[in-house]
Amino acid sequence: MKKLLHGLAALGLLAGTASLAVAQETQPAPAAPAAEQPAPAAPAESTAPAAPAAEQPAHTEAPAGSDGEAAHAGGEANHEAEPTHFPIKPPKEEEWTFAGPFGTYDKGQLQRGLKVYKEVCSACHSMNLVSFRTLEHLGYSEAQVKAFAAEYTIPKMNDAGEMVDQPALPADYFPSPFPNSTAAAAANGGAAPPDMSLLAKARGVTRGFPQFVIDIFTGYQESGPDYIHSLLTGYNETPPEGMEIAEGTHYNPYFINGKSLAMAAPLSDGQVTYDDGAPQTVDQYARDISAFLMWTAEPHLEDRKQTGFRVILFLLIFGAMVYLVKRKVWANEAH
Amino acid sequence: MSGGHSTYTPKSGIGRWIDARMPLPRLVYDSFVAYPVPRNLNYAYTFGGILSIMLVVQILTGIVLAMHYASDTRLAFDSVEKIMRDVNSGWLLRYMHANGASFFFIAVYLHIFRGLYYGSYKAPRELLWILGCIIYLLMMATGFMGYVLPWGQMSGWGATVITGFFTAIPLVGDWVQQLLLGGFAVDNPTLNRFFSLHYLLPFMIAGVVILHIWALHVVGQTNPTGIEVKSKTDTLPFTPYATIKDAFGMIVFLAIFAYFIFYMPNYLGHPDNYTQFDSLKTPAHIVPEWYFLPFYAILRAITFNIGPVDSKLGGVLAMFAAIAVLFVVPWLDTSKVRSAVYRPLYKFFFWLFAADCIFLGWLGSKPAEGWYIPAMQVSTLLYFAFFLIVMPVLGLIETPKRLPNSITEAVLEKNKGGSGHPVGAAAEPQTKG
Repeated sequence: MKKLLHGLAALGLLAGTASLAVAQETQPAPAAPAAEQPAPAAPAESTAPAAPAAEQPAHTEAPAGSDGEAAHAGGEANHEAEPTHFPIKPPKEEEWTFAGPFGTYDKGQLQRGLKVYKEVCSACHSMNLVSFRTLEHLGYSEAQVKAFAAEYTIPKMNDAGEMVDQPALPADYFPSPFPNSTAAAAANGGAAPPDMSLLAKARGVTRGFPQFVIDIFTGYQESGPDYIHSLLTGYNETPPEGMEIAEGTHYNPYFINGKSLAMAAPLSDGQVTYDDGAPQTVDQYARDISAFLMWTAEPHLEDRKQTGFRVILFLLIFGAMVYLVKRKVWANEAH
Repeated sequence: MSGGHSTYTPKSGIGRWIDARMPLPRLVYDSFVAYPVPRNLNYAYTFGGILSIMLVVQILTGIVLAMHYASDTRLAFDSVEKIMRDVNSGWLLRYMHANGASFFFIAVYLHIFRGLYYGSYKAPRELLWILGCIIYLLMMATGFMGYVLPWGQMSGWGATVITGFFTAIPLVGDWVQQLLLGGFAVDNPTLNRFFSLHYLLPFMIAGVVILHIWALHVVGQTNPTGIEVKSKTDTLPFTPYATIKDAFGMIVFLAIFAYFIFYMPNYLGHPDNYTQFDSLKTPAHIVPEWYFLPFYAILRAITFNIGPVDSKLGGVLAMFAAIAVLFVVPWLDTSKVRSAVYRPLYKFFFWLFAADCIFLGWLGSKPAEGWYIPAMQVSTLLYFAFFLIVMPVLGLIETPKRLPNSITEAVLEKNKGGSGHPVGAAAEPQTKG
């Protein structure tokens, strides 16, 4: 009976976690799955119009169509040079202040990250879900937020019913650098730069077995910021000999959807001026923007973790008390 | 077991007045206080109670979420993010609901495996088992449609793939798919009908749960020995014995649930679902939620045509058969002995089957390529062999261990230290579940 219980417990954990975490297992070349999966699983079948543009990952410019084919046809030629699973290198695991059950954001770091976003990323990337008022979480005063918002202009209707550019208010959201996604795509070689609000949760390189099981116990939840940091600092690597990098794309072994992406290295040392003495290096910029994007993706992270600690503490104490009562109740009954 | 006449005696005047007119308190008393349960139930039997709690959690959080959600393709994704950002404790509600679905399935899988291990489906509990299978089916439909609502990439593409299954059905396939989608592709009509049904189905589940519990209270619970209750010493009243044990089981379950909600809320989800659905961008690899992965592996295991049945239809048939076979389990198992405790061979095959299901789940997350395909095929074969070969044949050839004469005897045998004492006076070994 005990054995069954242990077995069931193990089953539960595995069934619950095992399968899913792996669900995010590394992908084959973007073009491959549609071709390889048996009919029912191939979505392209049922939605004909989706097919043509289908293989274009948001950001990548690995010449999609041919990529999978090439990988298979010339597979035997050089595996090193023509990888089929991405990213080529797993993200580097970094230390984050918001990791762990008591993690909190480093407000100074978030402010630096905001500066990097404003001066670098925002040229191409929108951040539609973040409103200026929430920047108070970063330690800014109401007046500072108001001043910050006023630096942006947003078209609003005036009393005459005309759309006129006006200074943004704290209640407004970060305006997009492009009027719409088509314009964004047109200006960026056919693929619109992804919105950054949720990027830190929308990118996660799968961890593989057995790491994804271990992650449950270590509570690892930082694959998003790790990925962004690795990607931003991964441009200086040179592709292995023999690897072909498509025209207009940039090799990056940490890119999740291919061997190269359309975005050129966005950061360089000294590009953004920090006034708090933090090092003005690509690595530091990458760290700060990653942390900032974790905040934009999960603004209530601190509240969540603090509430969680209280809830779990309560459940443990309550559980221990109920267990003692249970023992007492059953004390005189064989079972 | 509920055959015994009611022992409820209202103590107050109001109690007697109500009891004479509508004996609801009597029903509650008879069902959850005086109701006799086998004294040897272990913690594997607490999942029924845990599942009831999870259903309530899902319905309550879901109702509040629906107050803030907009089922319109232009608004859905952002409305969910509004919940996460601007609604008071919205992040908590949504994470409870999303992880709650996963934990609902964890509990239901453990509940089903407990039933398979202890032979809970055998006569006279066939209907009880079938009602459970219906609940499971409804849960799958609800879970699938709920996953579409946030309108992320996996939402839309998952819906595309799963509704695409139906096109494999000859003659009416396309019509069925269009009925499900409300059009030719996943779009606003799809989202709206899924939202409507996602709100409806949990109440249908609640209805079938009532039937399930009703059937349970007619035939009584099984127990780890698989021997029917024979005398009063075999049982204990539900309250306080089962109540307190269930309560402890629930708290442990909720603590693990809380760990996921607060510390790894996105672990069981897919990162792609934080990108809004775009019908022009197929994700590199479409996977359903983890709790469908074993069936997803079975679907893709059929890569060959069987006579007039092409591989697509074959895969869909295999997948539906994998669920349908559960309904006939009571008639597939030929053994006269219920519990795996006394069936050494069955016990071995049970664990093999359990491992196979987990392996299928893992394969379900893999692309259908390379060695994964033969692995999926072998595992699928094992899955069906367990039901269609092992269950019927084992009952005929297996020599079970000696069965105790009664639950009481089994309990006393186990608590050797207490032998000689009448049940009720036996010392309680504290370490045991």
